[in-house]
Amino acid sequence: MKYVLLFGDTKDRAKQWESMPETQRQAAYGQINQWFDKYTGKITGGQELQPERTATTVKFDNGKPVVMDGPFIEGKESIGGYAEVSVADLDEAIEMAKGWPTGGPVEVRPVVERPGPPQG
Amino acid sequence: MAPLKSAPWWSGRVRPRARPIQSATDAAIAEVFREEAGRLTAALVRALGNFDLAEELVQDALVEAIEHWPKMGVPDKPGAWLLTTARRKAIDHVRRDARHRAKLALLEGALMGVDTAEGDDRLRLIFTCCHPALPREGQLALTLRAVAGLTTVEIARAFITSEATIAQRIVRAKRKIVDAGIPYRIPTDAALADRVEEVLTVLYLMFNEGYLATAGETASRRDLAEDAAWLAGLLVRLMPKEPEALGLLALMRLHLARSDARFDSTGNLVLLQDQDRGRWDRDRIAAATSLLHRAAELRRSGPYQIQAAIAACHAEARSWEQTDWEDIVALYDALLVFTGSPVVRLNRAIALRHTAGLEAALKEIDALAFALDNYHLLHATRAELLRAMGRESEANEAVARALTLTENPAERALLAKRLT
Repeated sequence: MKYVLLFGDTKDRAKQWESMPETQRQAAYGQINQWFDKYTGKITGGQELQPERTATTVKFDNGKPVVMDGPFIEGKESIGGYAEVSVADLDEAIEMAKGWPTGGPVEVRPVVERPGPPQG
Repeated sequence: MAPLKSAPWWSGRVRPRARPIQSATDAAIAEVFREEAGRLTAALVRALGNFDLAEELVQDALVEAIEHWPKMGVPDKPGAWLLTTARRKAIDHVRRDARHRAKLALLEGALMGVDTAEGDDRLRLIFTCCHPALPREGQLALTLRAVAGLTTVEIARAFITSEATIAQRIVRAKRKIVDAGIPYRIPTDAALADRVEEVLTVLYLMFNEGYLATAGETASRRDLAEDAAWLAGLLVRLMPKEPEALGLLALMRLHLARSDARFDSTGNLVLLQDQDRGRWDRDRIAAATSLLHRAAELRRSGPYQIQAAIAACHAEARSWEQTDWEDIVALYDALLVFTGSPVVRLNRAIALRHTAGLEAALKEIDALAFALDNYHLLHATRAELLRAMGRESEANEAVARALTLTENPAERALLAKRLT
């Protein structure tokens, strides 16, 4: 099955990340790269996102698009990146998520897969 | 769902367990369902590769059995009867929905193997139903239905909620299993310890739901404590080398061995210290204690084994006064290594009264007052200590506070009796 792992962070941690000394940040990236290397055969895509302060949201007010500053997810957490993975089942995706090194939460969501031609 | 708390079982201040008024046939049917339903569901899930459909077919068969068996009696081969019925339900499905045709061929093949299947698939079934990606209430309802063979109606009665509510919890849980790709297999070694713990938590909560009953009681309520103990027994059969499963089973059986003494003739709760120990089932206590020895041989301690050891200490004591309180305090200390729960500390404080004295116990309880201010047993215990120290008015205040915190009639009656 295909899943997307959404890498979350609290806003406080995201700020910390930005103000982190470069050497420390490189070390953290090293761990993240290791994680991607470890699962290289299972990861089919993914990106790190720029911090939330760069986000712009287009909302629809009675069908009329309205452009606004900021993310549409409100709350203490934000999404810092994602990875698309192709694995056997949820347990395998959870194992990958358990090894995610940043300390931030990981949301595991199955992807909608269009059914193939009917069988039988 | 109540938060996971260590059951204050030692005090005897627990809610009455419903006494289901069941005919012999009902009891026999329940027993057959427990043995057969999970086995059949497990085999069908494997054969059909469709958890939802397999579980539904078995449930339909159970409902039909409930209609017929009381009249015709339990068949000689109940498993075969359920299988045949499930098969007929599957054919109905196929008639309604051509997409299931391929499944029918699989089903036919599967049915051949079900009776002779040596391997027991129920462990996979248990791990799937108790998957941590499911909400707690879904885990409970689905485990009861798919593994223990309860019907939706019985589960609704046990939880004192509507059939529609339980049906919805089950539908949601099954939909998540299918849509999120929750596997039907034994977890890998890396995840096994956590997953076993999850299963034990579900069974422990199920037991407490029955034993402590979180809402009013009704006569027709099914006794979930017995179902939970049966499930724990099944888990021990399927995972004989898992010491915590043995510990949990021992804990449940020790409680059940004393359950007859928990109520007086008018149905009022009796405190452990006042219970007629002659009514405790000594054979069942001895059998449960031997489970603990088996667990100890596996050399991996854990919170359920320790709780069971505490229960065994009480169960083996000839009287309240002769209880080995030193041992009990030491066991609570060991338990606190695994869980920092303030409820465990409260229970320890009560044992401490007998080893270190009233003042020491009260001091410990006052230290917990912030964490457990809304827990009626904190105030009830405080009242008891204050009364023993002759501080009557403070004791009455504490009882009054406890009364504002519990709605259970049996517990309220017990508390009210202490208001002097």
